[in-house]
Amino acid sequence: MSESIKIRLSVNGIIYERTIEPRIHLADFIRKELGLTGTHLGCEHGVCGACTLLVNGKSVRSCLMLAVQADACEVKTIEGVATNSDDLHPIQDALMKHHGLQCGFCTPGLVMTMLEMQKDYQGQILGDDEIRRALSGNLCRCTGYEGIVNAARQIFGTKSETTNI
Amino acid sequence: MKAPDFSYHAPQSCEQALDLLSRLDNARLLAGGQSLMPMLNFRLLNYDHFIDLGRISDLQGIDETPTHILIKAMTSQRQVESSDIIHRSCPLMIKALHHVGHQQTRNRGTIGGSLCHLDPGAELPVVAAALEAELIILSPRGTKRIAFADFAQGYLTNALEADELLYAIEIKKSLEHSGSAFLEFNRRPADFAIVSIAVEIIVDETHKIINCALALGGVQHVPLRLHGLEQKLIEYTSLEDMSKFINSYVQTIEMNGDDLYPPEFRCEVAQTIVRRGLSQAYDEARGGQ
Amino acid sequence: MGEHFEHLIGESVLRLEDRPLLRGQGQFIDDLNVPHMLEAAFLRSTLAHGRITKLDVTVARQAPHVHAVFTYHDLRPFLTSDRIPLALPAAGIQFDVDPFVLAYDEVCYVGEPIAIVIASHRRYAEDALQLIDLEIEPLDVVVDPVLGLQPNSPRTRLDTPHNLVARTGIDYGNADACFTSAPHIISQRFRLAKGGGHSMEPRGVLAVPNSLENTLTVWDSTQMPHRARAILVESLGMSEKSIRVVTPDVGGGFGPKAVFHPEELAVPLVSLILKQPVKWVEDRFESFTATVLEHEQEWDMQIAFDNDGKMQAIKGRLCYDHGASTPYGIALPFNAATNLIGPYVLPAYKLQIDLCLTNKTPAAPTRGAGRPQGTFVMERLLDRIAAYLQLSREEVRRRNLIQPEQLPFAIPVRQRDGSTMSYDSGNYPACQARVMDIAHWDEFKTRQKAALEQGRYIGIGLCNYVEATGRGPFESVSISIGPSGKISVGAGATAQGQGVKTMVAQIIADTFQMNPEFIDVVVGDTAATPSGLGAYASRQAVTAGNAALEAAQRVIIKAKIAAAALLEVSVDDLCVRDGKICVAGIEQRNLSLKEIAKALAGTPGFAIPGHLTPGLAATSDFMTQGLTYTNGAHIAEVEVDIHTGAVNVLRYYVVHDCGNMINPMMVEGQVRGGVVHGIGMTLFEWMRYDAQGQPLTSTYADYLLPTADVCPDIIIDHMISPTPLNPLGVKGAAESGTIGVPAALVSAIENALEPFDVTLTQLPITPNYLRSLIRQKTDMLI
Repeated sequence: MSESIKIRLSVNGIIYERTIEPRIHLADFIRKELGLTGTHLGCEHGVCGACTLLVNGKSVRSCLMLAVQADACEVKTIEGVATNSDDLHPIQDALMKHHGLQCGFCTPGLVMTMLEMQKDYQGQILGDDEIRRALSGNLCRCTGYEGIVNAARQIFGTKSETTNI
Repeated sequence: MKAPDFSYHAPQSCEQALDLLSRLDNARLLAGGQSLMPMLNFRLLNYDHFIDLGRISDLQGIDETPTHILIKAMTSQRQVESSDIIHRSCPLMIKALHHVGHQQTRNRGTIGGSLCHLDPGAELPVVAAALEAELIILSPRGTKRIAFADFAQGYLTNALEADELLYAIEIKKSLEHSGSAFLEFNRRPADFAIVSIAVEIIVDETHKIINCALALGGVQHVPLRLHGLEQKLIEYTSLEDMSKFINSYVQTIEMNGDDLYPPEFRCEVAQTIVRRGLSQAYDEARGGQ
Repeated sequence: MGEHFEHLIGESVLRLEDRPLLRGQGQFIDDLNVPHMLEAAFLRSTLAHGRITKLDVTVARQAPHVHAVFTYHDLRPFLTSDRIPLALPAAGIQFDVDPFVLAYDEVCYVGEPIAIVIASHRRYAEDALQLIDLEIEPLDVVVDPVLGLQPNSPRTRLDTPHNLVARTGIDYGNADACFTSAPHIISQRFRLAKGGGHSMEPRGVLAVPNSLENTLTVWDSTQMPHRARAILVESLGMSEKSIRVVTPDVGGGFGPKAVFHPEELAVPLVSLILKQPVKWVEDRFESFTATVLEHEQEWDMQIAFDNDGKMQAIKGRLCYDHGASTPYGIALPFNAATNLIGPYVLPAYKLQIDLCLTNKTPAAPTRGAGRPQGTFVMERLLDRIAAYLQLSREEVRRRNLIQPEQLPFAIPVRQRDGSTMSYDSGNYPACQARVMDIAHWDEFKTRQKAALEQGRYIGIGLCNYVEATGRGPFESVSISIGPSGKISVGAGATAQGQGVKTMVAQIIADTFQMNPEFIDVVVGDTAATPSGLGAYASRQAVTAGNAALEAAQRVIIKAKIAAAALLEVSVDDLCVRDGKICVAGIEQRNLSLKEIAKALAGTPGFAIPGHLTPGLAATSDFMTQGLTYTNGAHIAEVEVDIHTGAVNVLRYYVVHDCGNMINPMMVEGQVRGGVVHGIGMTLFEWMRYDAQGQPLTSTYADYLLPTADVCPDIIIDHMISPTPLNPLGVKGAAESGTIGVPAALVSAIENALEPFDVTLTQLPITPNYLRSLIRQKTDMLI
């Protein structure tokens, strides 16, 4: 077995030091080593987006990144999104209000994608095509996407805070 | 789908990377990982060593001279997409990047990685072919330059020797009175291209085409420059007359295919997107005056 | 406060499930970890058919971090039978083909499990897989159901007499006679693929043995924990009391997770042998061949009709590719066959249904369960009639739709529970009219003409369908309120994202007039309800919903009797408000459910008030009275790029009637999710195999799921035709979104390509398929 590598990284503001096998991808490290199981594995080949989290503020597919590549990085996962134990982040709140989740498996990845969008598109209004394209890297099999798109419209577009009904 | 065991190395400089490449047996360079990691997770790769180029700051960044742009190999596609220099001086690449995967993959995927991997469905190699990019290669023997046309040798096969690494990509800046287009045919917008076309056209004041670059992707193992068509287009002022010729030219190209997208299908799609791409690029070139 | 909770049924209450899921606090199977847990990986067949000639696990057993490697012969001594007893009663079945927990002699599909490796971590188990010495001698492969039933076909399995695993059919109204006298007959063949469920979460099992109590807890990402337990009990020779099957959060089901797979027996068995917890989580690559899915259907059909376009009879043959075993009976093609009838008057119908075993992963229903394909066939035939008689598509349908005054409408087809089909409620002509209205159908021709002048090919398509829902025979809900005042609910239902907990809590809260957040619902746990069935066939609103209502009403009745005794009033003077039993008009005189529960708990030496039995609790095993039929009408607008064959779905409309709706927001979520499944089925998803049975699509690069940027907004309008068959008047809604899509989309594509006069007879519709049809019809190719 190859040599284990020592890494030091910050996850949701907390510093972790671990020694790990290099072959472990970042998603498995976050989930198994650190016990942060909110980031999910749907395909392990970089298509479904369920494993999306932020590394140094940028969305990445954590199944396509080795944990050792995250050394000295700042990682943010779904567990670090809500401001406290009672409130939800506006993105999470919008998803709930617009029925943008059903089984919840793809949801953390979507929240992280939308979090990055919020930073990238600050101050801009996004049209429907842009919203759908920006969300196209996250597969959802339950919702048919519209609830998610409506939540995104509320955050990035011009939709108000109501459900469809 | 857990990767097999391997040793991991994170050199801090090109020299260190080259040294590792020479010394280690059965070693592979790791760039953005967006193509390599899936293969690793599928256990399709059997390397004892991976050399991660991600910590080498000298391999990142975009520079310019009055006539050229230099993009270091490990610059992420996202960084290329956000670069003022590229927006100003290489609009074709920006257009192509709109088609490249998703934000999440562009954040990690690198331009060098894409050009070295040479997936027939990838967009950046087609741009490199159209723009006649020059690749700067480092090895223990020093630095050398190779034209992209010579670098892309075959299916997923580039010209790098076992102890060489790609340092940077140099492209000519786009000129005044030029127009470009990047079109692709795929099933979903962010997918790899089944067939793709990169076009750059330069016109004079009378809207006559004075230069033209056309690269077709997805029909052969590596991007194909359509030199014969380019020659014919020079001197032309109207594309309508050219439709038939464009079609018959593309029909002479030998095409790859499979059950789902047979050669005949790719040929038809290629004809369509070549016509559409030329039309868009030409309109842009004319409109810019 | 009180008004807020008065009419919860029918409200789009926000879901109780959402907060933890949004925060990443879901507990899906791979999120569960217990001390001393080991992880498993399976060695699977890489050939579609063969005989294992060598299986040597010695080296693998010595691999680093490996605890054990088991083959069939290691496991068989602990099982009560050679095969896993999965067989479901099925008319027309010629022989059951129960699978083995692990193959040991003949392998019959790529992906069939052969050995299980247990290690400290999954990666070491996968390392060890490569050390297993496996040799398989190839045998002939059967990959096509039509060819597989021809006399010279090789046998799919050597342990079955032939490949025709089942033959059944429908025959009423003397179709043959109709055909001899019919003015017009059209023939058409169809080849329809469907694909896999592809929930975003693959499958998984975590088995935790408890040697102190001699029990086994199995966490299983399943839609049917009670069935799983029954199979484990029988296979392992244990008792119901000693096995608990409990579902964690499940990331989507869509059908395949209702089926018991070999891994769900192998993993618990191995945990018992090793006396340690063992977890197996399916990876996506495995799921393409290890998890059941639907395969192709070949329909060879004829329709007889008169000069007015009224159907007289349909006859033909459906040949279904059933894969290599029968883990879930043979219901799917029968569903397809019955759903073909749709909301139409079909006087005579004769269909032979043949199921062929093939060397592929076993077939079982995914969302729609065969109904989309049946609807597709009918709707295509109706469009053919329209073209033939030069009538509009909507008019042909109008002339054939069942009129509202004809309901309940009996169809002389016997179903598997012995009952005959009967459409209970619905207004089909009004539904079609409504969808045409919201889609501005009548204006489309003008828009289409304008688009054509610009060289754009747009089309519109229409489809009507019904869906049999609420499959029984029952579902179980238990409510109990302890002296703590906590309201605990156990339901035999299961949840994979459809909001079952919210639905059940909402119904009970409506009866108790209180905030649903205070109602704690446990689903999918054999310890919470002694019997139950679970999620399949769009049944849980009907079954669990009504069971919840019944149980809640019984609790209130008992509470009122107790309160009447305690408050010394008549039961008739009492009402429910804010979770309390109050004296009507004098609401300060009340007792909370907590106080009543305390009183009913019994105090030593004192009588229980009202001469009641102890405890404030009730259980309902709601028995269904036959299937209840949801119906809908879809309209799709598409644009076709005739040069590339690409199809863009521009707009989509659904008018949906599932009777009363408990939570309209959730119903619409189901419809939209279902529609996108349908878009996937029609335009993107195609599970393909080569002539050797090797899958050609086993990654998400090849098997395409619909993404947000290829789906339009889905405009939904509702009609409400409550069913008389259950107190809530509800019908199922989980699959109907899918059922209408292929028909509506393909009708739209043909409409867009009218200048080329193409007939589409396959699913999915690929660009190359369209281009090849267009190419044939024109020499100005592009």
